[in-house]
Amino acid sequence: MAVFSTNEFKAGLKVLLDNDPCSILENEYVKPGKGQAFNRVKLRNLLNGRVWERTFKSGDTLDGADVTESNMEYLYSDGEFWHFMKTDGSFEQIAADKNAVGDTINWLKEQEVYIVMVWNEAPISVTPPNFIELVVTQTDPGLRGDTATGGSKPATLSSGAIVKVPLFVEEGDILRVDTRSGEYVSRAKK
Amino acid sequence: MTRWQPTASLVALQARADLNRVIRHFFAQRGVLEVETSLLCAAAGTDPALEPLQALYATSPGAKAVCRFLQTSPEFAMKRLLAAGAGPIYQLCKAFRGGERGRRHNPEFTMLEWYRPGFSLTELMDEVEALLREALALPAAVAVARSSYAELFQRHLDIDPHRLPLADLRTLTLQRLFIAADALQTRADCLDLLYGHCIEPTLLEPMFIFDYPREQAALARVGLDAEGRMVARRFELVMRGMEIANGYDELCDAGEQAARFASDRRYRAARDLPDLQPDARLLAALEAGLPASAGVALGVDRLLMLRLGSQDIAEVLAFPFDVA
Repeated sequence: MAVFSTNEFKAGLKVLLDNDPCSILENEYVKPGKGQAFNRVKLRNLLNGRVWERTFKSGDTLDGADVTESNMEYLYSDGEFWHFMKTDGSFEQIAADKNAVGDTINWLKEQEVYIVMVWNEAPISVTPPNFIELVVTQTDPGLRGDTATGGSKPATLSSGAIVKVPLFVEEGDILRVDTRSGEYVSRAKK
Repeated sequence: MTRWQPTASLVALQARADLNRVIRHFFAQRGVLEVETSLLCAAAGTDPALEPLQALYATSPGAKAVCRFLQTSPEFAMKRLLAAGAGPIYQLCKAFRGGERGRRHNPEFTMLEWYRPGFSLTELMDEVEALLREALALPAAVAVARSSYAELFQRHLDIDPHRLPLADLRTLTLQRLFIAADALQTRADCLDLLYGHCIEPTLLEPMFIFDYPREQAALARVGLDAEGRMVARRFELVMRGMEIANGYDELCDAGEQAARFASDRRYRAARDLPDLQPDARLLAALEAGLPASAGVALGVDRLLMLRLGSQDIAEVLAFPFDVA
């Protein structure tokens, strides 16, 4: 695996730090006063999502992390693993465990395409599309005569996610939801 | 696509031209002589924190080339002019430093350096402040604070930076930031990191910091402060969390200068940094006699960043290193 020096650190570069794969978010060159040069680096730990701030002497190196991202279609879950298939025509399948799926478990829908990040051949994260359309499986009936203004209620979607929706939303409606904020966007055409 | 366009806006190019006018007018009014010295030098500074760039010079194509250094600052040449009796002088020029590239650094940058024979550090700080006020059109209500290095560390970290033992400095540094412990070899390493991480980013308003630790004397005199601590007679001007200028009560003693060259070279050897020969011409000029002077170097690109509110030095450079 390649080795990267602090002057090659740039946003998006994947490196190993304390044996964990990390993605570099920011790299700032600092040279206070007349002293040695340092690099103040922000990294996201790709296993747990935490942001680390570390300082390196300029010229220090880190090993690159063998991390790849690919578009994969969600197939099914067997209860222990969630199975995805590459959309590049290879039909290659991969099984992600609960840690890798993480919060995306709330946004899984068959045949939808996700970004699966793989490190050393094992999936470590699954990112949903920014917007996804899901069916309402349960919600209380809205108040008669209510309009789009004011008021909201919880609705359970086919993926299991619970989102706040306007009162006029009914069971069976298809909703467009922002997976980053978990917020209702609109009713989708049926 | 090959990027050919400048990274600086037309407004930034105009602001630079205007700032140069302000600077030249400022010194003309004060009777400080503008000088030019050579960018290509036979000897470079030995400062272990600075890496000079090299240029090859051949008398004819194919002839054996000799190495020249691009100056890391015009300090040595200007001191030779002072020793020759030039009086108060300033220079607006390019300086070059290897490896320095970041939001606030470009390997080639514009430096304003000036020397005031007979000035105290306080008088020179007054003059830097006057220039800063003109260059940035600072309202009179904006105060430019002055704090000793010790007061600053006392206030922010509750330590005496001149007296705290190295072991305690290491512990504190490791508490305050994540860094490999082996990066903390010397007191200066720890103090620089603490300053750079815990203090400098908080200094948004303009401030002079003076009386540095003696290990960071570089080319400044050392002396005792009011509390009897040995300190380097230096100051820095900081604003928006960024060093703008660096001034010295200049070292005039040839013997002490030679000893510092030797000490820098030992430090370089210990850390596998390239060896550099002392500048014999500077030493000869000091032997001949340098008038007691205060001198300061100011980063013109950074001053321009302040003037324009830029976050990245590339915004004030037509062609920064990556697209030069």
